[in-house]
Amino acid sequence: MRRLLSEPFAVDRPWRLNPLVALRDESFGALAYHYGNRRLVFLKSRTLVTLVSSLHEYPSAAEALDAHVPEAQHTSYARALERLAASEVIDAA
Amino acid sequence: MPPEHVRAVSPVPLKDRFSQGLDAPICLTWELTYACNLACVHCLSSSGRRDPDELSLDEARGIVDHMVDMKVFYVNIGGGEPMVRSDFFDLVSYAVERRVGVKFSTNGTRMTPARARRLAALDYLDVQISIDGATAATNDLVRGEGSYEAARRAMDNLASAGFGQFKVSVVVTRQNVEELDALAAIADEYGAQLRLTRLRPSGRAVDSWEALHPTAVQQRMLYHWLAERPGVLTGDSFFHLSALGEPLEGLNLCGAGRVVCLIDPVGDVYACPFVIDRQFLAGNVRDPGGFPGVWRESSLFRSLRQPQSAGACASCGSFDACGGGCMAAKFFTGLPLDGPDPECVHGHGEAALAARGTSPRASIGHSKVARDGTPLPVPTPVRFRSPART
Repeated sequence: MRRLLSEPFAVDRPWRLNPLVALRDESFGALAYHYGNRRLVFLKSRTLVTLVSSLHEYPSAAEALDAHVPEAQHTSYARALERLAASEVIDAA
Repeated sequence: MPPEHVRAVSPVPLKDRFSQGLDAPICLTWELTYACNLACVHCLSSSGRRDPDELSLDEARGIVDHMVDMKVFYVNIGGGEPMVRSDFFDLVSYAVERRVGVKFSTNGTRMTPARARRLAALDYLDVQISIDGATAATNDLVRGEGSYEAARRAMDNLASAGFGQFKVSVVVTRQNVEELDALAAIADEYGAQLRLTRLRPSGRAVDSWEALHPTAVQQRMLYHWLAERPGVLTGDSFFHLSALGEPLEGLNLCGAGRVVCLIDPVGDVYACPFVIDRQFLAGNVRDPGGFPGVWRESSLFRSLRQPQSAGACASCGSFDACGGGCMAAKFFTGLPLDGPDPECVHGHGEAALAARGTSPRASIGHSKVARDGTPLPVPTPVRFRSPART
């Protein structure tokens, strides 16, 4: 495997959309393609797409969550970010 | 690698969304030429002769530009043998420079050390070398004498060039299914990924499918073999086997005309790579709207994006798992499109095959012919003996 070990997700750290990843907006959310590991990932909500695309504007993922996601859903969106960090769609900024 | 679903909160039934089609394909296959220096008996595009109407390099670049506009992340290039096109490297470079990744399939005959080094220097490029058996004996009966040797030499050349992880691509047949472990070992030897795909009765396989397709027992064995090895790539091609239990990795749906299509060497756009037949022709990239116009507007694709009838499969408890199987497999074996797959794991296909009339012949073919128009011999499956070890 060509994949490198990715940094574990931590909500209090800054994250960004991996520069090797391209997003294609779709009605359900977006397709994300990683040009390095060649993986296709489906982002299955528009909110998740907005969150991922704006991560780099915030000093931490937690602050991005505050800005874009209703509080009751923070846990599930943080879990989604954790998955995206594991598949290198987002990386530590 | 099978796609990963990352959901947050309300999961969307993606399979349903994909069945209704997307604004651009996810998996686009582009056969660059019908010219081929081999004559595999199961060639899905009946390749051999170059079509005089083949797209020029300029036209091909125009298609890449459309892919960029449509955000098609990568294209699967095949043929024919794509490396016999003299502008192969020009086109591949043009695509990857614009971040349209290229995954191309080759028989390896043209993979010299120099060309392997040239490929190794390109980003966003994947190579699949085709072999259809772990030994020359098994492989060459399908792909022709010397083809195994050539493919292994190509793998050696890629490895020596430091290409990194390439793919060893195998069409699973009745004869090579016993060699899956050995094929996996060959891939491992090179640090390569093994890719298995389903044999469809398309192209020249209309004539060889009967003799080559795995038996029901072999299919069950294959399902379990794949289920234990999620790292083996399948191009989502064995979704008919998902009716045997837990679904295999992948989307598990027929993406034809919805998220999948084929552009052939003369620019004709078909619903998928396995249905090169007028009935599944959506349009041509030379039409005024170009490829995006065909993808979005063709009446064939629009009708495929409508809800489809489950037909004879409606009462089967496995329909949600297999969706009735592969459209191409049904079409080229003469089965109704709204009925069971010929390789239905519950045996409904065998009954349907026994009851059918004659199968349609492929309406389009580029097999090599003699001067008088008669087909030249290709290695024929009638030479197969029964599998030695059963």
